[in-house]
Order: sequence, then structure tokens, then C-alpha cells
Amino acid sequence: MALIRTFSAAFMLLFAVSAIAGGIEVREFDDPVMEKRYRDLTASMRCPLCENQAIDDSDAPISGDMRERVYLLLQDGQSDIEIIDHMVQRFGDYILYNPRLENRTYLLWGLPIGLIFVGVLVVILMVRARRNASAKALSAEERARLDALINRERSS
Amino acid sequence: MTRRLLLLLLPIGFIGIALFLYQGLGINPSDRDSALMAREFPAFEASTLRDEHRRVDQTLLTGEVTLVNVWGEWCPACKQEMPQLLELADNNIRMVGINYRDTREKGLEFLSEFGDPFEVNIFDPDGSLGFDLGVYGAPETFLVDADGVIRYHHKGYVSPEDVRERILPEVEKWR
Repeated sequence: MALIRTFSAAFMLLFAVSAIAGGIEVREFDDPVMEKRYRDLTASMRCPLCENQAIDDSDAPISGDMRERVYLLLQDGQSDIEIIDHMVQRFGDYILYNPRLENRTYLLWGLPIGLIFVGVLVVILMVRARRNASAKALSAEERARLDALINRERSS
Repeated sequence: MTRRLLLLLLPIGFIGIALFLYQGLGINPSDRDSALMAREFPAFEASTLRDEHRRVDQTLLTGEVTLVNVWGEWCPACKQEMPQLLELADNNIRMVGINYRDTREKGLEFLSEFGDPFEVNIFDPDGSLGFDLGVYGAPETFLVDADGVIRYHHKGYVSPEDVRERILPEVEKWR
């Protein structure tokens, strides 16, 4: 048990070191929850300069400043939402990988769900239309047999 | 009949969405507006580049339409846009500089070499005022109206065409 724990700790350390390699500073946290929040927050914000790198992955000077600000605000006891607002106020919605749900993003968030809904509707209607069509269509032979049966019924 | 209509709906929907997304491909992501547009210039307190004992704050930017240029000695495009900024100052536009992530020594060297169109330069060595302005690279230029509200933002190098076609008309508009 202790062995497994040692191994997993060593593995995680290795993982952490590889994740922060490349000019990005190491930050020490006493509280693992806060460390997780720091990682999640810096992974969810886009570097304003480099266009498609999260700030936890970018060595642009502005990303360093933003990481530092996230760190300071966390130490200051601010909530995740407050920290995100703080950043969006300065750098705009652009930095959010997950845009917030608000009036102008309803279409963005709603479109995939709407499309799935429309797709399901189309499939249902098509299946139903096909079923009705196949029930209606009788071959000439079937029709002749049906007529014969009806006529026999009438003549008897 | 309904089935044919439904089948027609699929390609129409597909083309509609494809056109919508295709349009998005043409948008330049670095052309976005500053998040501070139409908001007040952020509060700050700093010394000036020339005099470390002189303290300035956001009231520096009220009373008159002012162009605020964020620059640093380390920034090549800032050197290239200096002639345009000098021209703007010659047009009686009040210019204030923010010396961003720089040292006093290098900043002053820059001004003596490339000219000084600025009434005053706010000294921002750690980039904290730049951060509150949402600056992510120099040069950037902000137009602040007489009430201290940001009215126009120019990201990057200011070309002579930018002066004529964008900046001068914006200054006139807010004066």
C-alpha cells in the first residue's frame, strides 16, 4: 500500500514537472483545493496575445501577468467567478474558452442542442412517412386478389 | 410530399449553417475591440517617467480629449510609430504616454532618440496599469474623452493612414 502510494506520488510529481516545463513558473500551494482551482482557472483562459493557447501553457509576458493575477486573487480569497469577472473586465470575453451563458451566447450554446432536436424530428417524420407509404402500396397481384375476395363475398 | 419537403430541409439547413460558420472563418481574432470601450479609464496612481516624486492618477486624463499611447523602449513598432505620434502632437492633440514594462533609463533614452510627443509619461514598470487597461502588447493607443471615458482603441502600430483615416476623425468626433 505504502509502495503504491510512493509510486503514484512519484508519478504525479513527474507529470507536474513535465506540465510546467517550458519557461512557466512553478507555484507552491499549501492547499490542494486551491492548487486545483489555480490549474483549472489558468487552463480555462485563453492568452489574449497568442490566440490559441491557454495562459497556463503560454510563455507570453501577458500570460505570466495573468497567471500571477489569478494566483494573487486566489490568495486574496476571491471566488472563481470573481476572478473570471476580473479578467473579462480587462481582456474581454475573448479570453474565455467556455463563453458564459448570456443573451448573446444563447445561440452558441443552443445551436447544437437545437440541431440534435431537429435531426431527431426529421428522422421520426421520415420513418413515419415511409411506414405510411409502405402500408398504402399494394402490388397489382395483391390488388387483384383483394378484388377477387371482395367480389366473392358480394356474389355469395 | 412532406417527405420530399423534409429531404429538402436537410441540404438547406446544412448550407445555412455552413455559410454561417464560413463567415466566422474570415473574422480576424486580433481585430476585436478593447473590453474597456465606453468605460472609464481605470483608476491608478503612479509616478511619471521624468520625475519619480511626481504622483499622477486618473484625473490626469480628464478635462480634455487625450490620446494615451502605451509604449516601451523594447518595442520596435513603438519606434516606428513615433513620427506619427509627433505629427498628432503637432495637430494640438494632447498626448499622454504610458511607459510600459520599461526602466526609467531606457525610457528616457528612447524619448531623446525618437522624440517626445507626450505632455507627460506615466511610469508603469510592472505593467499594472497596462493590465487594468487590458493591454497585452505594445504599442496600443487609447482615445480618452474629456470625461475620462475610453472612446477609441487602436491595437498595434499606428501608420500614417491610420492617423488620417481613423485617429484624427475619432479625435474630432469626441472633441
